[in-house]
Amino acid sequence: MVHDAPASAGSAVYNTPNYLNAEIGVRSWLLTRDHKRIAIMYLVLTTSAFALGGIFAMLIRIELLTPGPTIMSALTYNRMFTLHGVIMIFLFMVPAIPGIFGNFFLPLMLGAQDVAFPRLNLLSVYLYLTGAVIAVWGMIHGGADTGWTFYAPYSTTTPTQVVPILLGAFVVGFSSIVTGINFIVTTHTMRGPGLTWNRMPLFVWSIYATSVIQVLATPVLGMVLLLVAIEHAFGFGIFDPARGGDPVLFQHLFWFYSHPAVYIMVLPAMAVISEVVCAFARKNMFGYKAVAYSSLGIAFVGFFTWGHHLFTSGQSTFDAGIFGVLSMFVGIFTAIKVFNWTATLYQGAIKFTAPFAYVCGFLFFLVFGGMTGVALATVSLDVHWQDTYFVVAHFHFIMVGGTIMAFLAAIHYWWPKMFGRMYSEGWALVAACLIILGFNATFIPQFLLGNMGMPRRYYSYPAQFWPLNVASTAGASLLAFGFLLVLTYLLISLRHGKVAGPNPWGSRGFEWNTPSPPSALNFPVPPVFTHGPHDYTTGAETPPEAPGEPEHA
Amino acid sequence: MPELTARAAPPLAHHFVDMRQQTEAARLGMWLFLASEVLLFTGLFTAYSIYRYLYAGVFEEASRKGVELWAGTTNTFVLITSSLTVALAIHFARLGRGKLAAALLGVSLLLGCAFLGIKAIEYANHFHEGQLPGKFYTFAEVQGPGASMFFTLYFIMTGLHGLHVIAGMTVLAVMAVRAWREEFGPEHYAPIEIAGLYWHLVDLIWIFLYPLLYLI
Amino acid sequence: MNELMRRMLFLPEQASQYARDVDRLHYFVITTTMIAATGVGLTVLWFFIRFRRRSEAQTTPRVEPKTIHEVLFIGVPLSFFLLWFAIGFPQYVRLQTPPRDAMDVYVQAKKWMWKFSYAGGPNGIDVLHVPAGRPVRLLLTSRDVIHSFFVPALRLKQDVLPGRYTQTWFNADKPGRYELFCAEYCGMGHSAMLGEVVVMRPEEFDAWLADARRSGSPAVDAAMTEEEHADPRQSLTQQGERLAAEYGCFKCHTVDGTRHIGPTWLDLYRKTEKLSDGKTVLADEGYLTESMMDPRAKIVAGYQPVMPTYQGKIPAPEVAAIVEFIKSLRTDAVKVEPSKGPVYAPIRK
Ligand code: HEA
Ligand code: HEA
Ligand code: HEC
Ligand code: CUA
Ligand SMILES: [Cu+2]
Repeated sequence: MVHDAPASAGSAVYNTPNYLNAEIGVRSWLLTRDHKRIAIMYLVLTTSAFALGGIFAMLIRIELLTPGPTIMSALTYNRMFTLHGVIMIFLFMVPAIPGIFGNFFLPLMLGAQDVAFPRLNLLSVYLYLTGAVIAVWGMIHGGADTGWTFYAPYSTTTPTQVVPILLGAFVVGFSSIVTGINFIVTTHTMRGPGLTWNRMPLFVWSIYATSVIQVLATPVLGMVLLLVAIEHAFGFGIFDPARGGDPVLFQHLFWFYSHPAVYIMVLPAMAVISEVVCAFARKNMFGYKAVAYSSLGIAFVGFFTWGHHLFTSGQSTFDAGIFGVLSMFVGIFTAIKVFNWTATLYQGAIKFTAPFAYVCGFLFFLVFGGMTGVALATVSLDVHWQDTYFVVAHFHFIMVGGTIMAFLAAIHYWWPKMFGRMYSEGWALVAACLIILGFNATFIPQFLLGNMGMPRRYYSYPAQFWPLNVASTAGASLLAFGFLLVLTYLLISLRHGKVAGPNPWGSRGFEWNTPSPPSALNFPVPPVFTHGPHDYTTGAETPPEAPGEPEHA
Repeated sequence: MPELTARAAPPLAHHFVDMRQQTEAARLGMWLFLASEVLLFTGLFTAYSIYRYLYAGVFEEASRKGVELWAGTTNTFVLITSSLTVALAIHFARLGRGKLAAALLGVSLLLGCAFLGIKAIEYANHFHEGQLPGKFYTFAEVQGPGASMFFTLYFIMTGLHGLHVIAGMTVLAVMAVRAWREEFGPEHYAPIEIAGLYWHLVDLIWIFLYPLLYLI
Repeated sequence: MNELMRRMLFLPEQASQYARDVDRLHYFVITTTMIAATGVGLTVLWFFIRFRRRSEAQTTPRVEPKTIHEVLFIGVPLSFFLLWFAIGFPQYVRLQTPPRDAMDVYVQAKKWMWKFSYAGGPNGIDVLHVPAGRPVRLLLTSRDVIHSFFVPALRLKQDVLPGRYTQTWFNADKPGRYELFCAEYCGMGHSAMLGEVVVMRPEEFDAWLADARRSGSPAVDAAMTEEEHADPRQSLTQQGERLAAEYGCFKCHTVDGTRHIGPTWLDLYRKTEKLSDGKTVLADEGYLTESMMDPRAKIVAGYQPVMPTYQGKIPAPEVAAIVEFIKSLRTDAVKVEPSKGPVYAPIRK
């Protein structure tokens, strides 16, 4: 156990010389190579992207409040959901958890002073920013109306500004590749002495698996988006049937990335949950190896299921069968994790806090959302559900109900470590209730709408779908209110929050063995690891020591 | 002596424990980057194989009538030779013979230019004959669906590869300057080695493009 | 039971046996899903009540899984999943293999309407009439972007792709009117691309079809033909047809097999043509192009060399389009684009 003498639990001192005030001035932020500062930059950027995407979501919901036109034209609506999808996926979901929490905590958990390539790390922020600026520029100059899937030949012929959006996503993709390479190399080469693979925190395992997918799948997407952009700009006819092109080829190439990409979005969430469950149950992870290796399993099998998005596109029956079965197998890895997290609570010492509330929400939503995913992969059922609101509900259950819950759990769990201050626990619980309730009210009606047969991307709809749409919009406003509340009390806590001390939760994750906020140089003396994370078998004051293992005094 | 100091104190970044760790990280990082580069082209290779399967006859004809075998073959030799000179440059940089390494890199750069020159001549011919992608296609000798597709893929694949050649040459040029200044030695040759890896990748991709576009 | 579950899940009416079968699987899957999700939720709750933290210094025992746990964790969900697949996949195969005696209807989608053509008979815009209790096979193609043919009451959906045919089939057994949606995003009018499937009693349908045949197409495809020229995304073949008309080829050539001033274009492609000088030539793309550029080079036996040269008058891409059009004129099959879809007969009005 790495145990810092000045950082023993309980003593609530604000670490005055820390990474936040080590250097001052805008320049020191813009040119920083400190992984913690880069994480904070990601926090600001991706949260802004989330707010923007959320505003688009609310506009979508308002438009769908009545069957006919409500506040905008059909073209505007089509742009809205495209931009909502593009922003949420490329600018928020993919970079958020790895960019923020991965950057901040991966080196701390590994006992390293920084990630392997700090300059590339900064580059990835700027690539992200460049991509975002290009995309937003495109939005201001007309936006795209293709849906985030950019299906050809619609995307190659629509007169709207698809090229900047595509290029933006392309550039952001490179940022994600760079981050991925950085994390893989860091995990391989920078583990502190004694930190064997089987002692690594599960957070690291999951982020590692995510990075593998990022490095291997993102280039393919980049290429495909580039091809669409080229075709839209110059008419090269790659996917244009009039010139012998094959639009289904586009779908294959797109989903070859985008199915693994959904695991880029959910694996970091799983990483967070593995940490938070252990910390609040004060228990070691039940089935450490199963959870660790299932991340790799997801990363691997996830590459072979993309065809389940094409059951109705006209691929062969044989392909459909193969992709269907493989989708069933990828579900198993998630099931392993879910059951192990639940079993971790057994014989634990559970404390109910805001992060733990989000974990409970996460577990329920992930199982429900994931099982509806398997239902979609049950080939004949998908024929009815494909491109209806059932699919919309499925992925929001996983992405909002799963990943956003995990994101919230992470930000509440690590807030005291990152900023050294506590937020108001009471308000946090109120917000958690609001968000979980609002979430159910928003997306459960959408499952039913899908069953009724309401297709997605519909600007107006026949009257029988009205009541459920109203319910969904009402739920969405609760949800938006909940998020605003979170934003408010977190910002307030930055200045007025109680000083947290190095380890307010009594957690035994490695990252807590630093002062809060951590110093600019992570560890004055590199830590030595003698056992795995989250070992709560002995009391806090006498950390278990391997015979003769020197603590750094 | 500037060379000596440079050699005696190879730069170790603050966050690494020792030189070995730093070199290992750099090497692994490069390999991962190469993997992602290969996958970048994989998308194109997939598209190529599918269209080739769909339009086997037309693609064959287009490859026979549309591209110059001599140009492709010459370019293959040019690139392979340049890979060899890069490998030699690394070898000599490791032995501390920076000037010789720089000269060899210079040869590689010349070969890179030759490659681009031949490619430019080919492109000019294609423009002249109307062997252009998509709606610009006017080449009368090969017609039918898929004929323009061959050239669409041809231009995108060789174009992207060309960009990689230019990027690789830039990296090699930087390395040549650094080698000339005697920055490398037996302990510190990771940068030039990594640059070499990149150049070999560029070469390797061409080795795949050449048969696809010129031979079969 | 069926009716109760159907209403609880907000599913629309079931207009075919296939729909009823799929729904049965649906109930099974959704019930399992709800039980599993609630089960996990309740377990978490129970553990929370049972193992609350009693003091801040509390320690916990180290619990490691036994093999049996891991086997259960994997085995239970996997057997459910595979069972679902084992039921669902054969249903999908059934949907992909239309019976031989099915009645064919050709479906053309374009922004933003549906056109249904019956073999040798009438066309319908946005309304598909079908007989109850008889299998109907749909052969679908699109004129522009991808659309998707979706009838919730039949639990049926099939993407409609430009440049190739896809197929699906159904056997509606309950007369009535059912909604038809376009389910693949296709632009501004996507949500207005609605239609209707009218399932009629068989004898009514026969009467309707006979009536429609007698009085010509009930809905003349005026709606489908307008704007055709403005549409930049027509296939090469269609462009070729238009260009051939514009350049006046049809003054001398026919496309239906009859002889005119010049030879007919029907079945011309790949035909071995006898020339006036006794030689023969294979009518490939090269020859077709040459015939336009230099008509006098090879004169077909039995015709006068009256065809003007179009050298320099028709730009090369347009020549390609016309050649493409000529190639498409086959009596056996209109194989325009490579298609892994079904073998089909051409649409003939
Ligand atoms: C983070 C995002 C995310 C994740 C993790 C997933 C996970 C899964 N998804 Fe999802 N999906 C999307 C995001 C995601 N998806 C998106 C965005 C779309 C739409 C894209 C678009 O068209 O715009 C989509 C669409 C989509 C479709 C296509 C629908 C259509 O358009 O027709 C399918 C079809 O098979 C599918 C399947 C699955 C499966 C099998 C999983 C599996 O990985 C799920 C595994 C999880 C579990 C299985 C739960 C845990 C299980 C248990 C605890 C077992 C208990 C069970 C018993 C005891 C029986 N998804
Ligand atoms: C990470 C992914 C993600 C997330 C988080 C969300 C979140 C939400 N989504 Fe989204 N959605 C997608 C990904 C996501 N969505 C995708 C990929 C599509 C498909 C697009 C396509 O078809 O191409 C889609 C489509 C989609 C549709 C279907 C549109 C259609 O098909 O016609 C709908 C409709 O209700 C919807 C609603 C919502 C709602 C109500 C939320 C809510 O959860 C949002 C709540 C959030 C907020 C309200 C913002 C929070 C506020 C703050 C942080 C502070 C406020 C800040 C300021 C005031 C500056 N989404
Ligand atoms: C004035 C009448 C006339 C017009 C107009 C005309 N053709 Fe012809 N075409 C002929 C005649 C007569 C022949 C047969 C003699 C020959 O081969 O030249 C012929 C032959 C051909 C053939 C070879 C057919 C075969 O069976 O070998 C092709 C192909 C053809 N025409 C294409 C065209 C196209 C395309 C156009 C319009 C752009 C066109 N023609 C316009 C009269 C015409
Ligand atoms: Cu047609 Cu959507
Ligand atoms: Cu998927």
